Amino acid sequence: MSTDITSRAAIREITQARLTFGEHNRVASTKRTLGFALDHAKAREAVLSDLDLPRLHTALETAGLPHQTVTSTAITRDTFVRRPDLGRQLPKEAHSQLAEHSPPDVAIVLGDGLSALAVALNGVAFIEALTKQLDTAGLTYGPIVIAQQARVALGDKIALALKAPSVVMALGERPGLSAADGLGIYITQNPQLDTPDSARNCLSNVRQDGLPIPEAARQTGDIVHAMRRYGQSGVMLNQHRAEIASLPNDATHQLE
Amino acid sequence: MSYHADIAGQRFRWPSLKAVLAHATPERSGDLLAGLAASGQVERLAAQHCLADVPLKAFLDDVMQIDGDDVTRLIMDQHDLKAFAPVASLTVGAFRDWLLDPQVTGAQLKALAWGLTPEMVAAVSKLMRVQDLIAVAAKIEVVTRFRSTIGLTGRMSTRNQPNHPSDDSRGIALSAIDGLLMGTGDAVIGVNPATDTVADYIRICEVLDVITTQLEIPTQHCLLGHVSTALAAMNQQAPVDLVFQSVAGSTKANDGFGVSLSMLNEAYDAVQGLGRAPAGSNLMYFETGQGAALSADAHHGMDQQTIETRAYAVARQYRPLLVNTVVGFIGPEYLADGKQIIRAGLEDHFCGKLLGLPMGVDVCYTNHSYADQEDMDVLLTVLSAAGVNFVITVPGSDDIMLNYQSLSFQDSIYIRDTLRRPPAPEFEAWIQAHGIGTPEATLPSVQSALAQLKLPAT
Repeated sequence: MSTDITSRAAIREITQARLTFGEHNRVASTKRTLGFALDHAKAREAVLSDLDLPRLHTALETAGLPHQTVTSTAITRDTFVRRPDLGRQLPKEAHSQLAEHSPPDVAIVLGDGLSALAVALNGVAFIEALTKQLDTAGLTYGPIVIAQQARVALGDKIALALKAPSVVMALGERPGLSAADGLGIYITQNPQLDTPDSARNCLSNVRQDGLPIPEAARQTGDIVHAMRRYGQSGVMLNQHRAEIASLPNDATHQLE
Repeated sequence: MSYHADIAGQRFRWPSLKAVLAHATPERSGDLLAGLAASGQVERLAAQHCLADVPLKAFLDDVMQIDGDDVTRLIMDQHDLKAFAPVASLTVGAFRDWLLDPQVTGAQLKALAWGLTPEMVAAVSKLMRVQDLIAVAAKIEVVTRFRSTIGLTGRMSTRNQPNHPSDDSRGIALSAIDGLLMGTGDAVIGVNPATDTVADYIRICEVLDVITTQLEIPTQHCLLGHVSTALAAMNQQAPVDLVFQSVAGSTKANDGFGVSLSMLNEAYDAVQGLGRAPAGSNLMYFETGQGAALSADAHHGMDQQTIETRAYAVARQYRPLLVNTVVGFIGPEYLADGKQIIRAGLEDHFCGKLLGLPMGVDVCYTNHSYADQEDMDVLLTVLSAAGVNFVITVPGSDDIMLNYQSLSFQDSIYIRDTLRRPPAPEFEAWIQAHGIGTPEATLPSVQSALAQLKLPAT
């Protein structure tokens, strides 16, 4: 039997799970218990923080990306946490302002969601990588919409205001203990006022130690491309792609 | 039909049975969000007084009152009048007293399961205190089997949940081994995937299959992807032990999950056709949770606890091995704090057991809830008293893929040692045979696991 030993540091590279390594003392130690409580306190702070708008504006300007900021009808952080319905609604004035733009192929939204920290660390980098993908594909995307107190479905309302047939909504995921900086990417074709979750494609945990930003942008670009071709997103699109993938190569070729 | 109650000279009225249920239900942020909750504790108690006098037979009408809902049709089709007979003449209040009567045995409760509808069970739970929910559930033994026997009285099983944020095969294997070294995983070794492709689904199934077969573990594995992905993977001969799906209590809510009863029928047939389990085994795994229907705007005016219970009608149609309510996962807009999460976990466990389901609970909370690990200690302890079939465990309570806190492997050891609840008998024997928990353990260590396991190439 092989006795190769992987060091704890090498294991940490593979997974950040809080492994016990089969501790012989089979209760959590004081150090572990207090460390856990501290991480929980930090995560609570990430939930309750707001977007740093001046910094986001500067970063998008540096990247040469026009942008516009909206706030959902939730207004404050505490209301947003308790009332997700308000975080999904776009105020009329914001709708009117967005409607003045010429309709793009894809609406791009960067929302705070449940972690402004995720947007601060990964938001602009993801948007830059995504816009390069769309530029290459010859797709237009209009202004980057920064959305405060935003839930996923706020992206649909923004896309409807912009009259965009596709929407990519990147927003801060609910913080975990070890990772408070994950972005979730929700991609929807033909968004409606009441799009079901099953009609969205989703990439989660987009951050340095999760799904890396360049890979997330590439996958997002692929999904946008596929859903525009099939006119569907979510479970229906996945089924369609699975059927194509299970066909012999020559049949796939014919369908293309 | 309208309902009313007179309390100290004041008359309270409700337009329908579902409105009585919604106003009688214990306080939940989700019902406040939906605009369904009682105006205050006095109105809530007025509704509970009213509900106590409603005959159980009244629940044989369509309580939800939405045309064309296939979960309602399923509930009607499932109802067994003969099984219902022992309680057919009772009101909801008298039914509570009957359930708590020490003369009423677990065998009687088990025989009643198909005579009850979800709404009857939800209704009676609203009149029950925490100790009532524990006392009645503790009488009911629901046993299911695959490679291990789960739900025997006096035992508590665990799901080993080795999630990884990018579904890395080695990361999944390391967490699974870590949990096995702590004696968890007799209910299932189950991964929630971050990806949703068929290729990843098959790869992760193969990783889990290598672990369970190479180490000869008497348990089963599951990849908790969408049922349509499971179907595609089964078509390609993937080693699928259990088919998983999240389910909810109305057609529209299930649409939100992208699932229908016909898809579940198809998956149930497909997994039976694989022949991986002994004849008569239970092959499905469902998850539910209060608030799921409202979050899909598919609650149809029902309170979140009642429509949650309707999801159990869907689950029990497929003789599942495991059902669990992911009680604190959904967030503070549905279950605001530790008190609401604890009661909801006990309600779901009680209601599922009374309907004949092998109920487990994901004892958990999120970082935007007003709850912490002490609330989870309390919920785990009371669920163990109630005889929960299984709970979820993750390394160090921290799920690094789904970003929430569940129980740790050590938490299951606390229950085993302090409340004396061993795991499934086959798994207990495997633990003893391999010296797990002792310095002489014959399992690979976490450090040597990747060298010793023959994981599929990625």
